[in-house]
Amino acid sequence: MEKKMKNKTSVATQEGDRCPDNSAFKQQRLPAWKPQLTIASVLSSFFLTGAFCLAVGVCLVLSANSVREIQIDYSDKCSDCSKLRENSSNWNKECHCSINFTLKEDILGDVFMYYGLQNFYQNHRRYMMSRSDAQLLGRNVNRSYCAPFSTYRNGTPMAPCGAIANSMFNDTIDLFYNGNSSVIQVPLLKTGNSWWTDKNVKFRNPKSHNLSSAFAGTAHPPYWQKPVYLLDEEDERNNGYVNDDFIVWMRVSAFATFRNLYRRLRRTRHFADGLPAGNYTFRISYNFPVTRFKGRKHVILSTVVWSGGSNPFLGIAYVVSGAAATLTGFVITGIHLKLRKKKTYFQKQ
Amino acid sequence: CNRGKVRKRKKKNENKRVIISNLPFGSKKWKENPNRYYDSNEIKTTKYTILTFLPKNIYEQFHRLANIYFVFIALLNFVPVVNAFQPEVSVIPICVIMAMTAIKDAWEDFRRYKLDKEINHMGCYIYSREEHAYVEKCWKDVRVGDFVQLQCNEIIPADILLLHSSDQNGICHLETANLDGETNLKQRRVVMGFSSQNTLFEPEFFQNTIICEMPNNDLNKFKGYMEQPNNERVGFNIESLLLRGCTIRNTEAAAGIVIYAGHETKAMLNNSGPRYKRSRIERRMNRDIFLCVGLLFVMCLVGAVGHGIWTGKFWEHPPYDVPDENGNFASPVLAGFYMFLAMIILLQILIPISLYVSIELVKLGQVFLIHNDIDLYDEEADLPIQCRALNITEDLGQIQYIFSDKTGTLTENKMVFRRCTIDGIEFSHQENAKRLETHKELDLDDEDFAKLQLLTLPPMTLERAAPFGHSTVRPLRRCQSARARFQGHTRSRSVGRRDSSQSQVAFSSSIEKDVAPDSRLLRRVREAALQTESLSPTHTKTSTSLTDFFLALAICNTVLVSTATEPRQRVTIPPPIKPSGITLEKIHQIFQRLKLASLSQSFSSSQSSSDLGASFSAKNTEEPLAGLESCDNDNDNDSGGRGQELQDKGSTDIGSTSLDEVFKSVTNSSLPAAFCYEAESPDEAALVYAAQAYSFTLVSRTPEQVTVQLPQGTLLTFHILYTLGFDSVRKRMSVVVRHPLTNEIVVYTKGADSVIMDLLDDSAKGDISAEKRLKRIKEKTQKHLDYYARDGLRTLCIAKKVLSEDDFQKWANFRREAEAAIDNREELLMETAQHLETKLTLLGATGIEDRLQDGVPDTIVALREAGIQIWVLTGDKQETAVNIAYSCKLLNQRDTVFTINTENRETCESLLNLTLEEVRKNYEFDKPRRKFFGIIPTSCSASEAPSPEFGLVVDGRTLNIIFQGGLEEKFLALTRLCRSVLCCRSTPLQKSMVVKLVRRQLKVMTLSIGDGANDVSMIQAADVGIGISGQEGMQAVMASDFAISRFKHLKKLLLVHGHWCYARLAKMVIYFFYKNVCYVNLLFWYQFFCGFSGSTMIDYWQMIFFNLFFTSVPPLLFGVLDKDVSAETLLGLPELYKNGQNSEIYNLSTFIITMLDAFYQSLICFFVPYLMYKDSDIEVFSFGNPINTISLLTILLHQALEMKTWRTVFTGVFKVHFCLAFYLIFSLIYNSACVLCNPPSSPYWIMERQLTDPIFYLLCLITPAIALLPRFFILALRGTFGASLVLKAQQVEKLPKGQQDLEIQKLRSRKEAPSAVSHRHTENQGLSASEGNPLRRRTPEEGFCFFNRWAEEESAATDSSVGPLSGHHPLVPIRETAPGQDGGKLTKDYPNSFNCGSHRRSVSSVTL
Repeated sequence: MEKKMKNKTSVATQEGDRCPDNSAFKQQRLPAWKPQLTIASVLSSFFLTGAFCLAVGVCLVLSANSVREIQIDYSDKCSDCSKLRENSSNWNKECHCSINFTLKEDILGDVFMYYGLQNFYQNHRRYMMSRSDAQLLGRNVNRSYCAPFSTYRNGTPMAPCGAIANSMFNDTIDLFYNGNSSVIQVPLLKTGNSWWTDKNVKFRNPKSHNLSSAFAGTAHPPYWQKPVYLLDEEDERNNGYVNDDFIVWMRVSAFATFRNLYRRLRRTRHFADGLPAGNYTFRISYNFPVTRFKGRKHVILSTVVWSGGSNPFLGIAYVVSGAAATLTGFVITGIHLKLRKKKTYFQKQ
Repeated sequence: CNRGKVRKRKKKNENKRVIISNLPFGSKKWKENPNRYYDSNEIKTTKYTILTFLPKNIYEQFHRLANIYFVFIALLNFVPVVNAFQPEVSVIPICVIMAMTAIKDAWEDFRRYKLDKEINHMGCYIYSREEHAYVEKCWKDVRVGDFVQLQCNEIIPADILLLHSSDQNGICHLETANLDGETNLKQRRVVMGFSSQNTLFEPEFFQNTIICEMPNNDLNKFKGYMEQPNNERVGFNIESLLLRGCTIRNTEAAAGIVIYAGHETKAMLNNSGPRYKRSRIERRMNRDIFLCVGLLFVMCLVGAVGHGIWTGKFWEHPPYDVPDENGNFASPVLAGFYMFLAMIILLQILIPISLYVSIELVKLGQVFLIHNDIDLYDEEADLPIQCRALNITEDLGQIQYIFSDKTGTLTENKMVFRRCTIDGIEFSHQENAKRLETHKELDLDDEDFAKLQLLTLPPMTLERAAPFGHSTVRPLRRCQSARARFQGHTRSRSVGRRDSSQSQVAFSSSIEKDVAPDSRLLRRVREAALQTESLSPTHTKTSTSLTDFFLALAICNTVLVSTATEPRQRVTIPPPIKPSGITLEKIHQIFQRLKLASLSQSFSSSQSSSDLGASFSAKNTEEPLAGLESCDNDNDNDSGGRGQELQDKGSTDIGSTSLDEVFKSVTNSSLPAAFCYEAESPDEAALVYAAQAYSFTLVSRTPEQVTVQLPQGTLLTFHILYTLGFDSVRKRMSVVVRHPLTNEIVVYTKGADSVIMDLLDDSAKGDISAEKRLKRIKEKTQKHLDYYARDGLRTLCIAKKVLSEDDFQKWANFRREAEAAIDNREELLMETAQHLETKLTLLGATGIEDRLQDGVPDTIVALREAGIQIWVLTGDKQETAVNIAYSCKLLNQRDTVFTINTENRETCESLLNLTLEEVRKNYEFDKPRRKFFGIIPTSCSASEAPSPEFGLVVDGRTLNIIFQGGLEEKFLALTRLCRSVLCCRSTPLQKSMVVKLVRRQLKVMTLSIGDGANDVSMIQAADVGIGISGQEGMQAVMASDFAISRFKHLKKLLLVHGHWCYARLAKMVIYFFYKNVCYVNLLFWYQFFCGFSGSTMIDYWQMIFFNLFFTSVPPLLFGVLDKDVSAETLLGLPELYKNGQNSEIYNLSTFIITMLDAFYQSLICFFVPYLMYKDSDIEVFSFGNPINTISLLTILLHQALEMKTWRTVFTGVFKVHFCLAFYLIFSLIYNSACVLCNPPSSPYWIMERQLTDPIFYLLCLITPAIALLPRFFILALRGTFGASLVLKAQQVEKLPKGQQDLEIQKLRSRKEAPSAVSHRHTENQGLSASEGNPLRRRTPEEGFCFFNRWAEEESAATDSSVGPLSGHHPLVPIRETAPGQDGGKLTKDYPNSFNCGSHRRSVSSVTL
């Protein structure tokens, strides 16, 4: 008896050793949901998608249409300035030009002023790489990626280094409202145009008791007219690396045609509701040469809505795809009905 | 001496091997030993050593083109002009991948190393000069020239020339199952001159020089000679060579000198190394990778040219065109070239580097799941499936050809006695059939088995005889306990060693050994036995033929008897019977007296039988119940009548002792001597066991005499006068014995029914009634035989002939002359044999079942339905193979079977042509009809006769001709039209050649399955090799890719796992291509907007992560877990397998479609955000981020569309969510954690900002929707209106259970309508048809070929009471010309050319 028992248990353990577990996972019997593309689910999905997209698309198109935007190309309007800038030896000669335009309607709400560049390939690979984020954090580090805009021949390091910083957009644009009696300078905010994180985390000036000493021993990039610590002499917190214009420029644009936020309307007094209709003048200090590479410069005034700027594309995309989905739904319905007829026809036979 | 050495070495170069004894050379003089050049016995199958691993492995890995590519890319990163971001980082992926592969390789090699070590350290006895005795040493220490002694059941360590055997005749028995899969024992003879030495073999006196051939892989050929000191030469051949890997059986000890060792042994030379297998998908993948490389090249070229043009546009360098470090600008052409290189780096992920890792991981997962499938677990052997190859799982789903071994693969290699017919009376052996059925469930618990036997056979209990209880149940226990032990050993066996004590005796598993006797027959036997015993003159004819029948079964064979105790020894003298306390002599005395007594008493038969019956019943109730000694009260005579008491009684008062007591005592006493029978063919063993079941126990056998124990316990010793062995021409064997009781000379003949039936003596010398009776018996027997054959049983006829003393003397003289003849001795011997075997009296016939393994026919039918062609390649006889083919439904009774046996090239060619023509004709004839049926509804076509299917049988010699004569193409053309092909009598090499031929010429996926070492080459030659871990050693398993324990497992392995693995992996591969093309194109489109400068809008790390994690994990899980169709449906609808066979999921068109889709999707994913953000103040990475997110969503949703099952836990919704969440979390952390992580690009706070932007969300909604719309549309169309079988099956699965089965049946019948339905119809017909198995009637002769065709015969079974000869007459081949003669006339004659409605068998025979 005992032997038998032993035998049995040994057999049992033997089996237990190698017999695979009878678990749902190992036997591939996990509960599963198998979606079936039945005619009902397919049709409903198409129609629902279509309806949804159409609705969203209409909303988007409407909101995009509510955006007011004025874009002025000033690269040709200041032809003498552009010609001046074509010769790089004239870099320290100042050149101003004014551009007049008329607002027929008020632009209500927050108004943003952009400068736009065309055919300026900020996204060029080597250009994109030519920067040193560490330096911009205020650290004194090896700036290998900045080459050849890293140091001057004499060894003086550039601050900031790299091609991006070197080619910074350095036109100054001021906006004047030509009122009935007088010309009022439209109050514009030059801070708060960059991302908060950029301004407070990503860009830091080197630590020192004042800025000029912090940048002592460095030189401004070759294309610059003034050193980095003089970018905004009025506002200490907008100077050096944390200058908003600089930060915005350093955020490399995705396309060759782009705009960068330059100023925001400060809604006070006369401009509390936005820009009233009337005549305006842009007074531009023309420094940034674009004609050499067939570039163009714009200045843009625009409002913003929740769905972005004036580009209606997203709305159109929604409308079109919504329409397409609905149409597909109808096509499938058509095929289905036709086939069903045929089937019954066959069956009758 | 020195000169001699030179000569010897010279000889070594002359394709001769010279071996002398190692003994004169001690360790000191080893350098002078001529044997030192030969391989040692240490084997090494590992690829690497610790030192060579790294370089060798890296070298091997570079064979994979992709690795070279990736290394090239990694190195390219270090080229300064391309301005790579971080060259160091780019090295990481390729390093990871190569390291993983290396680890895998190292592990595999380590496993081999361990195995080698184990084999190398097995023990054996080598003669040591120092100790003058055999000392135990390891296998690896065996050297050529050593003397090795082998014990019984030991495995032979090297190829050894047999010089000594403990057997008096110098014979040593060998089991070669490990090598060639044949389970019968082979005889090896001591080299001539050594056998005569009766003294112990002394190696130290061995001074001969052995000269033999160089090592080769021919298992059946070996020759050489031995030069004795006196320059006398003694030749020897393979008959004296013990081969490595074989097992010594039945010989107590053998000794010999090592001839070949280690890798030079024949066994090792037969093992060609493993082939590196690449799955078909991988091969296809490589092609597509080339396509991708082409695409990449084009894209890079576009980038380079574009950049060159873009740069050349400027007449002055703009500020954004940054010069190099020295302030110089490259010329446009040079810039273009640099850009080309930079673009390669940028777009490198077009070639999915993670694909290789993913595939390996997915395959591991698949292997894990296959390994854990409980359905592929064999309880009996306690073995789950072993997946030895990790990289060809998906090939299982694409198999088009299966090459199967027969013995041990399709069959269990267990011959079981099933039925017999004696004197025209059929004994169906229902009990035995029941036993066989129940056998499986018994699970080897002997006690339960005994009980169950009692339970299942209630009517028999009364009549079941004591001997049954003894001789079957008890030995059964022993066998089973032996088997249990054997099971324990499988564990060690599984690591490659064949334990000597495993299968104790060939053909002696309990299923073969224990035959439950037919109750009716048993009763008759008892009666007959008594009559014989009493020698009553009134005994009837039947009773003698019964006795004769069983005597013939027991005697007419060449079975060796051995005891079950170890070491097994041949029993040459009847064993002493001890336990009862009676010596043999005494028993004999008792019998002598008893005989006298019974003669004088003149028993009436009726009385004795009733007496016996009573005693039997008593016995029966008593014995199985733990065999108590308690006597039963019914039998007044029996008062504890056994043992000592019996002796007393026997000696004192014989007359009062009833016969049954003697019966009992004798059977009791013979009990311990449980005999094991070792036969050359399993049929013989089965017959001996059958005889034993009726208490005709073969007790001992020597060349001179054979002893049989009769039911009543008498030991009859027959003197064997002659044994006429079996040969394939005569197809029968005979023994001539002198009957000890009657002193008659009796010839017992056993053979194929076709032969025996013609040799019967029809005339009964004037006695008309007797003649009639004989005729009737013959007719009846023939009917039974036909029935057996149809049942797939192997039939044998048993006949006898009584010779008069004079006749015998005449014949004996004749025979002696023949034996002494020098010229054409063989023919003379044959003639004498034929002369003797005439005018036989039919005793009966037997039906033996070569038991098919469980579920083999079912599996074969399913596999065939799945579109797989199945070939059987076997070393077995043609008849057996064909028989098995019929019984496992490989061939149909209705099939036309062509047999080609020839040794002549011209004949073979013309035959092939002829057959081909014939088959083609039929196919053409069929085709229009099939089309016609295609239109007509199925119900009509089912009733029509089916198109004939063809089977082809060729043998090894013909195969040789085909291969040598360049007839391969014709052969293949023919086989392609055949339903199945059987290659019989083929050598291992031929098997592999056939597999290679089919694989290469037809470019199909092949699978080989086999269990023996003879299948190893075939297993290795096929795309997928499957080993059956059965009885025949581990070689097949070691060589295989997958090892299963039963053939039926193949069904699930292929149909379910194969399908799944293929579908999963194919989808995954194609998905990987899609994913990478889609993603890389995003980067490519961006080049048009950045002056082809190679910049990216996506951060580098996010890109790497995207490819390595976010989009790799889902397809991984998908590749392991997705199920397009459930296992049940796949098994129910084998047709679904064709999906993988035709590579429907992954082929060029699907690849291109997917690529186009990927292009479309990437276009959408790029241009929708582009158009949205165009002209805005969007920053590069802020633009890239939504694109990245969108493409991730698209890619994941794409997968979700492709996915068929959405598991709640691992895949499906959760997975997509999980990946998205992972992506978001990663992005958020990465984008916020550090500013300077990856200079000079810093995607700081981008994700965070985007998440607060509604446009981001709106974009992420609409873009994937647009991108996936076309695919969804097509899927929806297919899903709702499509007719693909897979989709249908998926829909079926939605239905409730009952309906599901119904639907599956519907689908099946719909699909099979014209052909397969009617097949089933045929099979049913086949069962009822009374057609005997015609194939066994063909006699393939050398140089002859018979080319026979059978049309179906549909007449019902009962109708055919045709005489045995008349029915088969046309089948007897007509010989017209002498063998080997060419240019014989070619006659073609078939009465009815194919006419499916014809109800008669049409035969065509072509004779040359």
